Amino acid sequence: MIPANFDYESPRNLSEALTLLQSREDAKILAGGHSLLPAMKLRLAQPTLLVDIGRIKDLSYIRESGDRVAIGAMTTHADIAGSQLLRKSSPLLALAASQIGDTQVRNRGTVGGSLAQAHPSADYPAAVLALDAEIVAQSRTGERVIPATSFFSGMFSTALRNDEILTEVRVPRTEGQRAAYKKHHHPASGYAVVGIAVLLKMSGAKIDSAAIGITGVSAIAYRATAVERALRGKSAAEIAGAAAQAGSDVEFIGDTYASAEYRQHLVTVMTRRAVEEAAKGR
Amino acid sequence: MTRNGKSNGASSNGGKGNSDVRWFGQKLKRKEDPRLIKGISHYTDDFKPAGMLHCAFTRSPHAHAQIKSIRIDAARALPGVVAVFTAEDTTGIGPVPCAIQMPDLKVPSHPVLATGRVRYVGEPVAVIVAEDLYTARDAAELVEVDYEPLPVVTDMEKALGKDTPHVHEEFKSNQAFTHSLKNGDVDAAFKKADRIVKQRMINQRLAPIAMETRGVLAEYLPGENRLTVWSSTQIPHLLKTQISLLVGLPETAVRVIAPEVGGGFGSKLNVYGEEGIVPWLAMKLGRPVKWAETRRENFLATIHGRDTINYVELALKKNGTILGLRARILADLGAYHQLLTPLIPQLTALMHAGCYKIPAIQIDIVGVFTNKMSTDAYRGAGRPEATYNVERIMDIAAHELGMDAAEFRLKNFPQPNEFPYTTITGLTYDSAKYQESLKKALKLAEYDNLRRRQKTGLKEGKYYGVGVSTYVEICAIGPSAATPAGGWESGTVRIEPTGKVTLLTGASPHGQGEETTFAQLIADELGIDPQDVNVVHGDTMAVPYGIGTFGSRATAVGGTAAYMAAQKLKAKMSTLAAHLLGVKPADITIGRGRLTADGGKKSILFGDLVLSAYTARNIPPGFEPGMEATHFFEPSNFTFPFGCHICSVEVDAETGEVKIDKYVAVDDCGNVINPMLVNGQIHGGIAQGLGQAMWEELIYNDDGQLLTGTLMDYALPKAHCLPEFTLGSTVTPSPVNPMGVKGVGEAGTIASTPCAVNAVCDALAHLGVRHIEMPLKPERVWRAIRQAQSSGPKSESTKSKPPAKATSNARRPRA
Repeated sequence: MIPANFDYESPRNLSEALTLLQSREDAKILAGGHSLLPAMKLRLAQPTLLVDIGRIKDLSYIRESGDRVAIGAMTTHADIAGSQLLRKSSPLLALAASQIGDTQVRNRGTVGGSLAQAHPSADYPAAVLALDAEIVAQSRTGERVIPATSFFSGMFSTALRNDEILTEVRVPRTEGQRAAYKKHHHPASGYAVVGIAVLLKMSGAKIDSAAIGITGVSAIAYRATAVERALRGKSAAEIAGAAAQAGSDVEFIGDTYASAEYRQHLVTVMTRRAVEEAAKGR
Repeated sequence: MTRNGKSNGASSNGGKGNSDVRWFGQKLKRKEDPRLIKGISHYTDDFKPAGMLHCAFTRSPHAHAQIKSIRIDAARALPGVVAVFTAEDTTGIGPVPCAIQMPDLKVPSHPVLATGRVRYVGEPVAVIVAEDLYTARDAAELVEVDYEPLPVVTDMEKALGKDTPHVHEEFKSNQAFTHSLKNGDVDAAFKKADRIVKQRMINQRLAPIAMETRGVLAEYLPGENRLTVWSSTQIPHLLKTQISLLVGLPETAVRVIAPEVGGGFGSKLNVYGEEGIVPWLAMKLGRPVKWAETRRENFLATIHGRDTINYVELALKKNGTILGLRARILADLGAYHQLLTPLIPQLTALMHAGCYKIPAIQIDIVGVFTNKMSTDAYRGAGRPEATYNVERIMDIAAHELGMDAAEFRLKNFPQPNEFPYTTITGLTYDSAKYQESLKKALKLAEYDNLRRRQKTGLKEGKYYGVGVSTYVEICAIGPSAATPAGGWESGTVRIEPTGKVTLLTGASPHGQGEETTFAQLIADELGIDPQDVNVVHGDTMAVPYGIGTFGSRATAVGGTAAYMAAQKLKAKMSTLAAHLLGVKPADITIGRGRLTADGGKKSILFGDLVLSAYTARNIPPGFEPGMEATHFFEPSNFTFPFGCHICSVEVDAETGEVKIDKYVAVDDCGNVINPMLVNGQIHGGIAQGLGQAMWEELIYNDDGQLLTGTLMDYALPKAHCLPEFTLGSTVTPSPVNPMGVKGVGEAGTIASTPCAVNAVCDALAHLGVRHIEMPLKPERVWRAIRQAQSSGPKSESTKSKPPAKATSNARRPRA
């Protein structure tokens, strides 16, 4: 519970932070600290330099940006969960944020930190995948926009380069669509054993199109494309059949709480329930 | 919360002389809380004597290994490191004590640092002392230990087989002890039974997880030859004696202080190696030394609870009358004995009569060594295991007989006029009305409605279940003859010259609230305000020798000691008042801040009387000046609180998730001093018991690695997981002590675990599900449903098969 020795810097602007990040090979960005600090306390992570980006102004915001909503990397889960703008224009991310950890975690943890950490059971990945969000990374050479669908590359690994800092997430406005986030919480950690993010375009009782992101069941979150295809043009009564494909071509993870087999079962049940909930409207 | 405080109020035991305001029975707010809520109180880790050093331990990453060599050069070379010690340096520190003696008990040597071998993950191998905590921790990582891994023993049933590695080679067996309790003609009972109901059940290993981890701070003054040890303990006096033995100082040179202690749940009813090492370091290095346990260490190296495999059988007549009970129990002790390790399963044996008339019983227990941390007392300590066995088999039996769970229990209770009731296990239950308690719980739970909902729910594909658990537990531990280190308690009441009262108690509250309840009972006796009574505990230099707080004993034994001391003091006050007022002592009435005689015509203020005892200018001949009395109270028996808990659950048929939607608890702990604190104990107890039923589980893998060793993996119950509790009570005073109190610290934990499991199994009984092992994780429940659906209803029970034998499928699922 006592971390190994490390140096600590708290730069005042992004360019200083980017310079510091490159000054040492094992330097780590500290955002809300809710993943990194526990790992350091258990000495599972031992970076020699922490670059705390918490003092950099203008990394915490939620604002309209054309046909998207832009969210600063240092925006807390609590701010996202409580954002009127998101609730109105693009509620799925807020729904996912509202189910992260507990109040204390949501008050400190940040969207940028969580996405960059790429925990296989984090909540946001399901939502950003379903939303076709964009993730903005800054380096000293400039800005890069990474589609969410190519952001997660493996367990705890992303498309971010060592010299980049995640600065913003952009989600499309989804007015007129139906959203739902269903989660089976791990009873100790609060992480998603299964997390299902659903966006539906409906015309009357029919589903025009569906976007479904699933987290917690495999090394990386994924889009349930088979379910999405199967739902197209279907009615509520046909959801169960489509949802049965939520785990096709997925390599399930298992742990002391839930085996791979159980996750596989749970993902189909919960996908059905999430789509049904979205279809009913909220 | 429906418990009515006033109705639990005082008995008439106060005798004459008390004011008409009685504090006994009042919901007085806890005197302890303001300082705790403000965070201005002091726990062990808050003390920082000048010159203090910090220590950290290098602990074994292996469950079983030979230590080939230890190199400490790198650790010692780190700037800020003061000293590094290994087992070869600490041979002068006595072994970690075990207080239990049994005829065939194998007691392995248990040095404070691992010597030659490590036998569980987390066993301390070296201790590092440094100027600051960070350096100490860094240096702990620099100690290089060359281990040769050995085969690991984790499975109790395999551990007893042939061709198994041994935790302790010298014993050539992993069997640590056997214990049998047999009474009545068990064979005949099972022979004539119409039905025998059997079940194998696992009581999983749990972590006590007190909010405050352990901590030890020691300071030695060589001039005065005074060793002061602050430790987060439940037993400061016993610890003082043990530390003197561990470090070889006369007991008079040792002072133990248990300052604010943030919970224990039995885990601090112990003497740990660190409590020998830290004082030894302070003496050796001539500077104060502190160790504050990390949560990770707390998981690995503070005692665990439960961990038994149980084969339970009940012999029954067709009409539901119990003829006999048989149980074979394996208890996982871990690698070494801590203070009470082998005692806990014996308590389990003792409590197997539950609250039923059982004419014949046989309990056979085998204690088993494994490469894990020791098990020992954890809230309930042996009784939850017994209650779980009894209440689960009762429920399974009711289902098999087609009887209602409540009706079946009622049929087998002893009648109120049969108390004191001697059980087949040899205990004498002091007083009880089991029928009243059960009926009250049924009413509060609206039991018939719950059963109706269950029936109609099934038609809609909803699985509702109702769990009933009637329990009796053993408290006020206990008569000294039944305890390893004395079962009495001390109390000293001292009225200071200003009239303020100091109560010194040998009990050692660590969250229970006795600073408030003991003040209430003393205030009643002396006719003063509880705010004027200061309860002092936990400092062996201030308080006469005492036993401590555990086993729901503080009120019934420690409270009684204080009460008895107050009686002595009242006699003394009356003698002096009679002298001053010119009347007989028997004529004196004490109350409302004064002592009066002749119907109030003659009186003296409480404060004036006390002052005159100190000024001592006008005292009767032979009267000892001062105003202080001490009583050491030896209880004549345990007390046996009881009650009935009922809960209802809904099981998600598709996912196996369980929702507890109603929880009713009717508890009887005798007379109640402060109903608010009793309710608090019951609330916390239920939460902890449901924790075992639903979420908590220490899982060691086959290599002896603890897989659920952080709070991110080990699931404690949180407020949002729990339903609102509806509490009710009955009051059956205990005849064992003058206040008629029984104890309530563990009741909730004991009753709630089988209550929840009974409810979930009841919800699935229509599918043929008979038993699901704890914790009732959704996956387990889902598998039980799936298996039942694929195989249809079935029964394990037969007419007199031989007792179940150990089988190789004993390994815990997913371990």
